[in-house]
Amino acid sequence: MNFIVELTKYLMLLLVGLYTYYSFRVFVKRNKAYQDKAYRLMTWFLFVFHFTGYFTMYLQIRNDKLLILYFSQALMFFLAIHLYKIIYPGISGLLLRNMLMLLSVGFIILTRISFDKAVRHVIFSGLALGLGILVPLVIQRYNKIREYGWVYGIGGIGLLVLVLLIGVENYGAKSWLNVFNLFTIHPTEFVKILFVFSIASLFTKAKDIKMVLVVSVMAGAMVLTLVFQKDLGGALIFFVTYVFMLYVATQKPLYLLFGLSAASLAAWVAYRLFDHVKVRVVAWKNPFAYIDKEGYQISQSLFAIGTGGWFGLGLFQGLPTSIPVVDSDFIFSAISEELGGLFALCIILLYINCFISLIDVSLKNSDDFFRLLALGFSVMFGFQVFLSIGGVIKFIPSTGVTLPFISSGGSSIISTIIMFMVVQGIYQVSDSKK
Amino acid sequence: MKSKDSKSVSNNNSEKKAILSVVYIFVGLFVLMMGYFTYFLLVKRDDVVNSTYNLRHDVLSKRIIRGKILSSDGKVLAETITDDEGNEIRAYPYKDMYANVVGRVARGRTGIEEVENITLLTTYSKSPDAMYNDLVGVKNPGNNVVSTLNHKLTKLAYDALGNDRGAVVVIEPKTGKILTMVSKPSYDPNEIEYNWDKLTEDIDNKSPLLNRASQGLYPPGSTFKLLTALAYMRDNPDYMDYEYKCVGHTEYDGMRISCSGNKVHGRLDLKQAFAKSCNSSFSSIGKNISIDDFRSLSESFFFNQPLPARVVNNPSSFLLKVGESGVKEAMQTAIGQGRTLITPLHNAMITAAVANDGVIMKPYVIDHIESAGGRILKGYIPEEASRVMTVKEANYLKSLMRAVVTEGTAKRLQKLDVKVAGKTGTAETEGATSHAWFVGFAPLNDPEIVISVIVENKGSGSEYAVPIAEKIFDAYFD
Repeated sequence: MNFIVELTKYLMLLLVGLYTYYSFRVFVKRNKAYQDKAYRLMTWFLFVFHFTGYFTMYLQIRNDKLLILYFSQALMFFLAIHLYKIIYPGISGLLLRNMLMLLSVGFIILTRISFDKAVRHVIFSGLALGLGILVPLVIQRYNKIREYGWVYGIGGIGLLVLVLLIGVENYGAKSWLNVFNLFTIHPTEFVKILFVFSIASLFTKAKDIKMVLVVSVMAGAMVLTLVFQKDLGGALIFFVTYVFMLYVATQKPLYLLFGLSAASLAAWVAYRLFDHVKVRVVAWKNPFAYIDKEGYQISQSLFAIGTGGWFGLGLFQGLPTSIPVVDSDFIFSAISEELGGLFALCIILLYINCFISLIDVSLKNSDDFFRLLALGFSVMFGFQVFLSIGGVIKFIPSTGVTLPFISSGGSSIISTIIMFMVVQGIYQVSDSKK
Repeated sequence: MKSKDSKSVSNNNSEKKAILSVVYIFVGLFVLMMGYFTYFLLVKRDDVVNSTYNLRHDVLSKRIIRGKILSSDGKVLAETITDDEGNEIRAYPYKDMYANVVGRVARGRTGIEEVENITLLTTYSKSPDAMYNDLVGVKNPGNNVVSTLNHKLTKLAYDALGNDRGAVVVIEPKTGKILTMVSKPSYDPNEIEYNWDKLTEDIDNKSPLLNRASQGLYPPGSTFKLLTALAYMRDNPDYMDYEYKCVGHTEYDGMRISCSGNKVHGRLDLKQAFAKSCNSSFSSIGKNISIDDFRSLSESFFFNQPLPARVVNNPSSFLLKVGESGVKEAMQTAIGQGRTLITPLHNAMITAAVANDGVIMKPYVIDHIESAGGRILKGYIPEEASRVMTVKEANYLKSLMRAVVTEGTAKRLQKLDVKVAGKTGTAETEGATSHAWFVGFAPLNDPEIVISVIVENKGSGSEYAVPIAEKIFDAYFD
């Protein structure tokens, strides 16, 4: 049995490696026939990888519920690939597959960490993928969506303030809403979408200094509300997204410089003023000196990554559950521990691949609103991945954000899939115009 | 119309540039992050993984048979054996003899078992055999740690201490290799689970879990006169002309300091005062000493800080300080009483500085790591900690220490075939019998070993510590 766990470990690395290779290959080789062939191969890699992961786990825990979970996911992937292609022949096959590949990695590692969390994640992913089918349609048909900038903005602020007033605290941030005691939602995830829509819409209308000031105040209000919720990661993501959207909309590097220096100043002030910020920095600087308290989580994360080494310990062979919040913010460490550092590097490459594909849509579109929308989502996605992975490997202080597609969390997965589908809708429009 | 179109196109172009710069910024960030991740796995990983807080050590021990810890002369100090029922047991053949330095696995790893935990749980697995074992689930043997400890000397020191409490440290002054580190009383790591409660309760205050050699803090007594002499030499370039007339005691402001047994030493130069360990003359040196210089000298010898040694140790303390301490304390400190505390390992290092022409080498207990098949994987290289005195100073101190053997308190070492130099100490303790100290080295002209001995609450150094050193010198140069 050990034999098989060892063997499948290398097989999974090989499959993800091959998948990653082809995901970059199709950037370079732009002829349609080659791309179709590559996509077919990538689909194979995806399914074999997914099967190998569950096969390895089933061998070790022999729980038949695992089979149900596996087949429902396989069916989900199958439907996603085929239905999306039938309904929207023009969407990006690469982005679609990347999304499913990352989801499958998430399913496998979550199943290993907590069966219940995995079930929830599968259900929400399924819902989101179903809902996602409508998104490109809405984007393409309802031209009016570009006109409600103020509505999105004010709605977003309203939602965030509501959370600040009646929200509940979770992992130290007061950013959750309790819905009839049935479940909690994380409205920030949905406000992210409103935020990007609002800015894209307003800057499409005008880019003069007056508009810049007004939009900046609105964005600033959202960022501040998040700061008050003690959601540092969220505040940072909103801020950075805004600064880059402002820069691209106005093409004035000064805004970018000014925004980033303002952020540095704000970070420094926050470090001096707030204990919960200081704790994060202290834990980042020398986690092992504060291993009993502030540095506990990051130390455990580094132990996991370090012990896993390049090739990982194999599924169910490590101790990822010793890392607090491993199913959500710290899931990257679990991947690195059991599937290996090389595997983890492939995952980072896949995220880079997603980022480039997303921003490429922005680059190629001739519609101002769509261009800015796609750019906003690209930056938001890229920066969130950077914060999440950078935080758990101690590259930067940990800010407690989820890893898109992989971390458990219903709100997060729904909002990420909607973002991707918005960009897919834009992609198809620009593609069909050609 | 046309002009508006062209404007929109140029606008579009500069926006494209802006978007491209966003791509570069983010991809740059990601590449930096991947670089850091790779650097972590390549370079920083080993240190992080070896932390005792890493719970995953137990995971590794399911795959690997923990390696052996060996003495430099090939004796097994710790090994994992499998009993009849297939249970793995960590066995320590010499019971309590090495517990303080080799350490234990159960009840919190200590000693070499702790420091080299990951080494012992790592296999040199480049061979096809090891990979095959991994695949079929057969445990691979972990790497072995070969220590610098010499079993012959260790056993001798252990037996020589008898039933007394105390410690013996033997190091090589030229390399810093620790040949012997014995601490008594000790405990049997084979029985640790069984005896744990009794050991931690420590009803009779014998502290068997404490490694006295590197963690026990004692007043240095007259062994400290080495540093007092050096301080005097630095303050008074004419130290060769030092002269003192001992009347058996000296007094200052109502405090009386007597020579051992109130002995009247008469007229002395520095060498004679040192050899006879004359308290009157050394406390008089302390009376006139610059406290600032004395303190910075002792701190250059690693007082008030962790020792530069690759073994767990407690920092020694030198508390004499300008503004806080009066002349009385300075006089006490000069003869090794007062508030100064030192570990036997530290005392060995100071002696090693004299023996090694003024240079202290970092003491270490791990010589090299080898695979189960005997292939050397990693060797530890001797490392200089600090040059603490000039060759001239070292040579003069050597001659002082030699006089201790030829005409002073350690005369019984004269009958050895090898030329020994040293210093005895009798550290007074409140309301109890004194601790017996001896530090020394041999051969005089080309020192090979340094010995530091303490016997707790036993009496004078000449009487109780010197004989132990004698046995070790005798055995080593046999």
